[in-house]
Amino acid sequence: MSFFDRLKLALSILFGGNLPAPEQKALPPPVEKPIAPPAPPSPAQAHASGLFLLGLLQREGRLLDFLKEDVSGFADGDVGAAARLVHEGCRKVLSQYVTIAPVEAKAEGAPMEVAAGFDSNRVRLVGNVTGAGPWKGSLKHHGWVATAVTLPPVPTTVDLTVLAPAEVELP
Amino acid sequence: MSTCVGIDLGTTHSALSWLKADAEKGRGPGQAVLPVPQLTAPGTVEPKLLLPSFLYLAAPQEFPEGSLALPWKSVATQITGEFARSHGAKVPTRLVSSAKSWLTHPTVDRRAAVLPWQAPDDVQKISPVDASARYLEHLRHAWDKAFGATQKLAEQSVVLTVPASFDAAARDLTLEAAQKAGLPQVTLLEEPQAALYAWLEAAGDDWRRSLKPDDVLLVIDVGGGTSDFSLIGVTQKDGDLSLERLAVGDHILLGGDNMDLALAYALAEKLKAAGKSLDAWQLNALTHAARAAKEQLFSTPKADKLPVTVPGRGSSLIGGTIKTELTADELGTLLTQGFFPRVEVGEAPVQQRRSGLGQVSLPWAQDAAITRHLGAFLSRQAQSLSLRTRFARPTAVLFNGGVFKATALKNRVLEVINGWLQADGAAPARVLEGSDLDLAVARGAAYYGWVKAGHGIRIRGGTARSYYVGVESSMPAVPGFVPPVKALCVAPFGMEEGTQADVPAQEFGLVVGEATRFRFFSSSTRRGDAVGTMLDDAERTEGLEELPAIETTLSGKAGALVPVSLQAAVTELGALELRCVERQGSGAWKLELNVREP
Repeated sequence: MSFFDRLKLALSILFGGNLPAPEQKALPPPVEKPIAPPAPPSPAQAHASGLFLLGLLQREGRLLDFLKEDVSGFADGDVGAAARLVHEGCRKVLSQYVTIAPVEAKAEGAPMEVAAGFDSNRVRLVGNVTGAGPWKGSLKHHGWVATAVTLPPVPTTVDLTVLAPAEVELP
Repeated sequence: MSTCVGIDLGTTHSALSWLKADAEKGRGPGQAVLPVPQLTAPGTVEPKLLLPSFLYLAAPQEFPEGSLALPWKSVATQITGEFARSHGAKVPTRLVSSAKSWLTHPTVDRRAAVLPWQAPDDVQKISPVDASARYLEHLRHAWDKAFGATQKLAEQSVVLTVPASFDAAARDLTLEAAQKAGLPQVTLLEEPQAALYAWLEAAGDDWRRSLKPDDVLLVIDVGGGTSDFSLIGVTQKDGDLSLERLAVGDHILLGGDNMDLALAYALAEKLKAAGKSLDAWQLNALTHAARAAKEQLFSTPKADKLPVTVPGRGSSLIGGTIKTELTADELGTLLTQGFFPRVEVGEAPVQQRRSGLGQVSLPWAQDAAITRHLGAFLSRQAQSLSLRTRFARPTAVLFNGGVFKATALKNRVLEVINGWLQADGAAPARVLEGSDLDLAVARGAAYYGWVKAGHGIRIRGGTARSYYVGVESSMPAVPGFVPPVKALCVAPFGMEEGTQADVPAQEFGLVVGEATRFRFFSSSTRRGDAVGTMLDDAERTEGLEELPAIETTLSGKAGALVPVSLQAAVTELGALELRCVERQGSGAWKLELNVREP
């Protein structure tokens, strides 16, 4: 194989076997300037509502302070006292903005039948999953579903990556 | 005017409710309340049923540009509502609070930019009237945002509530604030009456079964910052029941916020004894925590204590958290015993002797015992109403204000009142249940607008005070003796809205063209004084209180003494006006019973 033949082969592999015709190579068609596609949103923009919720949980319930602190050095009583604060504040946020209900109204542990063609968003089968249903089993976790979300609109005038501003006290 | 709107302009919270003017009947218990969009954090606007009556005056650059915008205002430096309250707790020098209480301040010029009180010079201060106007303006924008396309708030029939204990000057200033807020036509209504209207509307036609002729209804309204009492009588006329407001109490700056502070200070003392001292920020956090623990402890009578935790200020939450606990005993001693002690009905509230030099601030009540204030009110009114009993005996009680969400406190007040009644061999008073403690005033105000349009039952009242003007005695000069100031009754007790009274057969000389000073007096107990009654010595007459004097220059030829006759009028809006009409000629001067000119 000559050098050019080998080059042709390499290129044909690269271009999926359709090597551009030599004349096209000599005179490439005028490239139309494509309209610049919108820049993909930055992760912070794409997840603005998530960051906003984190900020809310920190503001009302000090959740980030709690999670970022190394708990290993503290006694259970101290962790418990702080947990109460976090629990109270975050619970307030939750009850204010998201209505949460169990997916299944049955008591946990109760026998439950799952019909064929069930909504696999709402129910997950675990254990010995065979056959085409209906299945008989027992409810282990009743699940949670948000039945209403009343979060305020995500702010556009503040930097949401700042989950809590630094606080400087002036004497 | 297709809608009747009621606005509760509260010391700590404001709210707005409405009712269609052409509705066939009241709303029953489902009384609409407007969700008010407000900042809850920079950049976050959320609707809430209550608008906290707090105003925060932000510094330039304090918050990101545009983050204080509201749906109706893109640039703002003044914040009203929830965020003003929560952030202002950390920056007290820029926070205006209790503006409404400053409206009744006896010595401060209430139109002067004095709030926040003692703020540093670079803070753009604001007057109590303007601060009140800001809250009303916020509510107006919120309404117009929701319904403004077809019905602007300024074009509706708006009823604004004031404490029953507000004097004529404070009422006038409230009207002025409404005008500044773009609401030129509002009607005033006393808050305890509004609470009763809300109850009447919620009860529907059943109210006739709950109240009987000769009932005396006591409305006890303990809000965040003030306590307000009113007595309302039930009479039967031509076979139908009618309601009449008999008396109102004095202005008492004492409310739920004092209770939360009392708890916080007690817990702070306990922590101090354990060697942990708190800074101002932590004390504020402790107040919140104590309030939450209080509510929980009151609602679970079996619990004997609850943990109270104050988070550390820095990012170290666990390491910085301070723990203590609130016991049911402490709650009983501090709140139930401290604010609602079992007292005798005639005990006068404690008046501490003030030191010669005092700081100017709000005239807070010196005696925290609300039951003692209540007993004194009922005793005073027994004399004033010429009852033969030692106190005015209520037969029914209506509670209002967030404080009474704690059933234990409600029961305690009832127990104290019934103790007084029992000692006199009278039947115990019953409780009128069924209105919302936070929203009743706004709802009742809207209902009153509907009643005014000719529906339902109206509470008759008129002015709850009699008013007097000071007249100089003419007597020869005696060294070392200041001639007493006489008080001339110009408006009697119970003067109805839209009426006027001429002071009979007296002629006065009115000084025009130069600065003169007018003194005014009022009384909440002297109901026998008719127009024209002259009291010889205003300063020594029992039950007479001096109102802020007016210093003004009336237009006219300098030094002239114009013969005038006096005329008092209570406007449809509930404000009191005093006019001097020239006897021979066309001159007329209006004396505004409000504030001294700057």
